[in-house]
Amino acid sequence: MVDWQVAKLVEAHDETATARTLTFEIAGWPGHLAGQHVDVRVTAPDGYQASREYSIASGAAPAAGAAPAAGAADAMGGAGATSTSGAPGGSTLVELSVEELDDGEVSPYLVRGLELGDHLEVRGPVGGYFVWEPSQSEPVQLIAGGSGVVPLMSMLRTHGAAVAGAGPAGHPSPMRLLYSVRAPEYVFYGDELRRPAALADTSMTIDFVYTREAPSGADRSVGRLTRAELETLSLPVAGNPLTYVCGPNGFVEQIAGWLVELGHPAERVRTERFGGV
Amino acid sequence: MGIFSPGFVGRRRDKNPMLPPGQYEVTDFPVLSAGPTPTIELSDWAFSIRAANGDLKAWNWQTLMAQPIDDITVDLHCVTRWSQFGMGWRGVSLDRLFDGVDTSTEYAMASCYGGYTTNIRTADLVNGQAWIAFQFDGEDLAPAHGGPARLLIPHLYLWKSAKWVKNITLMNHHQLGFWENYGYHDVGDPWKEERYS
Repeated sequence: MVDWQVAKLVEAHDETATARTLTFEIAGWPGHLAGQHVDVRVTAPDGYQASREYSIASGAAPAAGAAPAAGAADAMGGAGATSTSGAPGGSTLVELSVEELDDGEVSPYLVRGLELGDHLEVRGPVGGYFVWEPSQSEPVQLIAGGSGVVPLMSMLRTHGAAVAGAGPAGHPSPMRLLYSVRAPEYVFYGDELRRPAALADTSMTIDFVYTREAPSGADRSVGRLTRAELETLSLPVAGNPLTYVCGPNGFVEQIAGWLVELGHPAERVRTERFGGV
Repeated sequence: MGIFSPGFVGRRRDKNPMLPPGQYEVTDFPVLSAGPTPTIELSDWAFSIRAANGDLKAWNWQTLMAQPIDDITVDLHCVTRWSQFGMGWRGVSLDRLFDGVDTSTEYAMASCYGGYTTNIRTADLVNGQAWIAFQFDGEDLAPAHGGPARLLIPHLYLWKSAKWVKNITLMNHHQLGFWENYGYHDVGDPWKEERYS
């Protein structure tokens, strides 16, 4: 494990009313896989420190200074294009999306305090199981609850880059996202997920389920995802998909349990959770 | 070091001497798990210990419950940085279950329903440091927290306290478990902040 590294905030925008996406420039970043986390440490002027883990939103990146994979940049266009370097001098741009927690210590600072040009420290990447790599060829189902979409977005971006880099043959693995979210204004990466460039990747399907409030004209009434909807809106067992579920614990527990009931082998369902029972 | 984040104050609530370095306190017992929660009927449940010489000792739910049961109040520390204090558990000390087993071998591997594994030094499993726990906070242990029974090794990061534990195998050779294969620390002492290898 590498030691703490300095990261400089070079771009930031509000993702929702309670979440912010921050792009850091990190010199000598060792690279990461889609779905990994990073430890973030902030230090007050008197030396007091606090650390938390956050999921990486940008697509997989090689080690700083290494040549990026063909087509890895800009696959889904515009703001999503922090998937590889693009930063000067052997540094890497790494994007995090942080939801402000009501009782948080670090998240309020990252969402409302940290300014462009400010520094903090990062260490990572961390985790190696809840990851997707372009070398995987099986169909992939992603299921997000709320801010659980962040590591799945990294996978979508990495997939988009792989599709763009694969030429006319495309990437062999279809990727489908089922995104459960309270209301339209809480959707992360809304522009990017609805952008024609993303939709042009025909191996990618994105479905939204709104639990409290739906956009006008939605063809589904609001409410929590049901087991029947899960079956309809996710890749069937017959194709032997690999399914990644990320969100609050209650959501993940319910969805993962249903997936097993629907016949998905437990070892084909990978989960990442936050919060208590 | 000189890297300061301007304007960061922090809550300072974590200046608690009971908190290992880099941790913060929670009270809601978060759940972390790499896959679906396995469903285990008590009538199907079994736990075993395999000694390095191959000998097997095994318990079903009734024979486990026939063991002396400890009330355990401990602080738990997760590598994802949360700590929770004063958590009340009930369980059977591994010292009881190791009775008659040669624990002089250096290494152990815990294996679980659902396929999870974690490696532990045998020295961390003996002398009143580890339990097979089946109740938390006065209730049967919830499946999401490892019920019906999990390993409880409070002095190590919580990924070592394997949920849904099924077997402990003592070994003369070193081997890595699930998270240890992904770069998490071999030993996992929170007071030494042994998060990653």
